[in-house]
Amino acid sequence: MNSENPIWALVSTFGLMSLFAVGGAAAAVPEMHRIAVDVHHWMTEKQFADAYAIAQLSPGPNVLIVTLIGYAVAGIPGALAATLAMCLPTALLAYYVSRLLSRPSQSRWPALIQAALVPLSIGLMAASALILAQSTDRTIAALLLTAVVAVVASVSRINPLWLLLAGGLFGFAGIV
Amino acid sequence: MSPDSAPAAQEPDILAARAPPPGLLALFLAFARMSLAGFGGVLVFARHAIVDQHRWMTADEFNETFALCHFLPGPNILNLSMVFGSRLRGIAGGVAAFTGLLLPPTLIMTVLAIIYARYGDVEVLRRILAGISCAAVGLLIAVVFRMMTPLLKRMDVVVIVLMLGVFVAIGVVRLPLQEVLLVAIPVSIGVTYLMRRKVAA
Repeated sequence: MNSENPIWALVSTFGLMSLFAVGGAAAAVPEMHRIAVDVHHWMTEKQFADAYAIAQLSPGPNVLIVTLIGYAVAGIPGALAATLAMCLPTALLAYYVSRLLSRPSQSRWPALIQAALVPLSIGLMAASALILAQSTDRTIAALLLTAVVAVVASVSRINPLWLLLAGGLFGFAGIV
Repeated sequence: MSPDSAPAAQEPDILAARAPPPGLLALFLAFARMSLAGFGGVLVFARHAIVDQHRWMTADEFNETFALCHFLPGPNILNLSMVFGSRLRGIAGGVAAFTGLLLPPTLIMTVLAIIYARYGDVEVLRRILAGISCAAVGLLIAVVFRMMTPLLKRMDVVVIVLMLGVFVAIGVVRLPLQEVLLVAIPVSIGVTYLMRRKVAA
């Protein structure tokens, strides 16, 4: 019974995923893609890429791509369930850990674990970029646009919002 | 002389730099404002509001709180809101900050989802979204490069191999996240521990 309820599927999927999302939302994108597109067929490749773009363009934490996935599965209740399942468990975990650590200690474990997670979360984010590029960059023009944005954003301090809007303009003009 | 007397002597300084703790509504509203200001990441705005504008935390306290939230899993900024709110006003403060940060953007996102479900197939919107997607991937690549630069500069072979291993396992082979991390996290912590001991010795 439970396994057929889409809300329960969302809550269990994202609740579990959040506990493994080291390095924040961008690092969890490959797993969201695998679950939503490959495993459950909640969304098409195209819809997932669109959801990522909408989440980047909107204000607020980037993790809210889960709100869009939740809506695609089960409407407004799905949107709320997916959002809370992704955000609340780790926030409560953070609350308890911070209380444990609130006594000042000279332990070097937090710093060591943090350093150990850095290469993993970069690897995960690079995997996100690859997976998303495979569904969005299907033409030479699209690939070029991605490459130019990557270079401009690497060498300048321009507000990312302008680059997203520029991308939208190029799309509107039918170039990509 | 008790060992406690030294920190106590510094206390007036710390208090002078900090404003009194805010009420629950003030916390909720402050985080709601942050959530709407932060396009493409809230952290910069959160830091500005908490440290510079309201002076609820000193810069050091903020860094320390952020470091904790960064090594825990999940959306960092939402973890931060919960930890931060609860340090000021207990669990109720944590919930107020968390809700403030999450509620407005979730409502906006739900409205966008409704619009997308309705008009997502309209040709013009399709083209615009396709262009934005390309740019969004470009931004992500830029972030990855910026984070990768210090690792590449240090030429730490083991660290680079770990990073590549995760990239290939998740991005190319498309293995499930849990299984990859259950192997990669212990290996990475072990390697980091051994390397630090070697440096110290």
